[in-house]
Amino acid sequence: MHKNSAIKSFFIEIGELIYFAGRFFKEVFSRPFEFKELLRQCYNIGNRSILLIGVTGFIIGLVLTLQTRPTLQEFGAESWMPSMVSISIIREIGPVIIALTFAGRIASGIGAELGSMRVTEQIDAMEVSGTNPFKFLVITRILAATIMLPILVIFGDAIALYGSYIIENAKGDVSFVLYFNKVFKTLEFSDLIPATIKTFFFGFAIGLVGCFKGYNCKKGTVGVGKAANSAVVYASMLLFILDFIAVFITDIFFEI
Amino acid sequence: MNQTQNILDDTKKQNAKKLMLEIVDLRKSFGDNHVLNGFNLELFEGENLVIMGKSGSGKSVMIKCLVGLMQADSGSIKVMGKDITKLNRVELDNIRTEIGFLFQGNALYDSMTVRENLEFPLRRHKKKLENINDTTLLVTEALESVGLAHAINLMPSELSGGMKKRIALARALILKPKIILYDEPTSGLDPITSKEIIELMRRVQKQYKTSSLIITHDVDCARVVSERMILLVDGTNYAEGTFNELALSNDEQVKVFFK
Repeated sequence: MHKNSAIKSFFIEIGELIYFAGRFFKEVFSRPFEFKELLRQCYNIGNRSILLIGVTGFIIGLVLTLQTRPTLQEFGAESWMPSMVSISIIREIGPVIIALTFAGRIASGIGAELGSMRVTEQIDAMEVSGTNPFKFLVITRILAATIMLPILVIFGDAIALYGSYIIENAKGDVSFVLYFNKVFKTLEFSDLIPATIKTFFFGFAIGLVGCFKGYNCKKGTVGVGKAANSAVVYASMLLFILDFIAVFITDIFFEI
Repeated sequence: MNQTQNILDDTKKQNAKKLMLEIVDLRKSFGDNHVLNGFNLELFEGENLVIMGKSGSGKSVMIKCLVGLMQADSGSIKVMGKDITKLNRVELDNIRTEIGFLFQGNALYDSMTVRENLEFPLRRHKKKLENINDTTLLVTEALESVGLAHAINLMPSELSGGMKKRIALARALILKPKIILYDEPTSGLDPITSKEIIELMRRVQKQYKTSSLIITHDVDCARVVSERMILLVDGTNYAEGTFNELALSNDEQVKVFFK
């Protein structure tokens, strides 16, 4: 019985999330547009994540190179290192790990912020003052997350490749120009474009889940904590599902 | 005779105050919990009407229905003659500019300064105040009316409880509404600050010539500000009258409120 009600509430929540997404698409194209708030959110989201994503990207590059190098060395294939690292970072590891980091930082932040605004009646106050809080709070945050994640992923990928170069330079005495020549010779648009397109969807999903959880927060301060926490869990889960779909579609069109 | 009657009716109509708010047979339930059971209310121009009731008697639900934050199950809510239950989003937002709302917890926007908090309602509805284009002037005027002009650049976290209440009142006044709704205006405040807020409410009403609907269980507040009172019990009008009439009532349920 308890199991049934848990399953039921899960599907109800999925339905509500879909309805919430539908409301986003209905209202995003209608006036008034909150450009100023959108820019402020882009700045906030970018500013709040850039250091974390820079560090994450750098460590991904270092670790991936350090762990792969001995195996390639065994087969005398160290020269393949830039190609291998760049493809794995650009296609998959970069977007997914950076998006997960972004989800941890932004989905929880949005969930907690909107959640506390809900329980302290700030959202009601906006509504009463004749401003549509959905437009001002939700649409701007979802759009900002959708716009900023691809930019942050490109930035994180670049830092990851630089981290990889540092290890290659230290262990194999490879120059900066040689390393990045190999990287750019290997990479094709079919690597970069699908990987970048999917990050727009990742950003949208993270913004959507964070806003959904925060905007519909209930039960006081306990609810705020739950909203922040479940926003990260749901967003991460959604990322993997979207990643699978993206890889599946890319395989059809680009034959990876 | 008929002519005399007509003249008398006309005179009565002219003397009668304008009806600002009218609630008829309002009902709202949450599952089996019937919160409002046919509540009725009339608020006239310039009047201070206090609604008292125990916790859970439906006061907050009623006030939320009044501004469209909640949908009533049945009944009508007319704000200055317009039934808000039948308005679309734009019409509802326009009518909301005629209503100032002081929330129980103040509901100041944490991430904005006092100035930004006050400017927020002006973003979409500045055109309502046709003759004034200077936002700063409006903000300063509203802050001066609550005696906090110096707090313009502070963040809500830097304000005391009483200051927050005053700023929230200034924000409720910024669009020069005709009606102000106060949800527990003195809750969580010490007795001295409560008195200051009550005094401020009276002063503001004179300055802005508003009609006020005050929800409270603070008897002192009700005594000072009310011209008429409604006691809300189990979601319906239990008793109605002036403060003195109700305070002197022999009804046991009414006496409880004034102990």
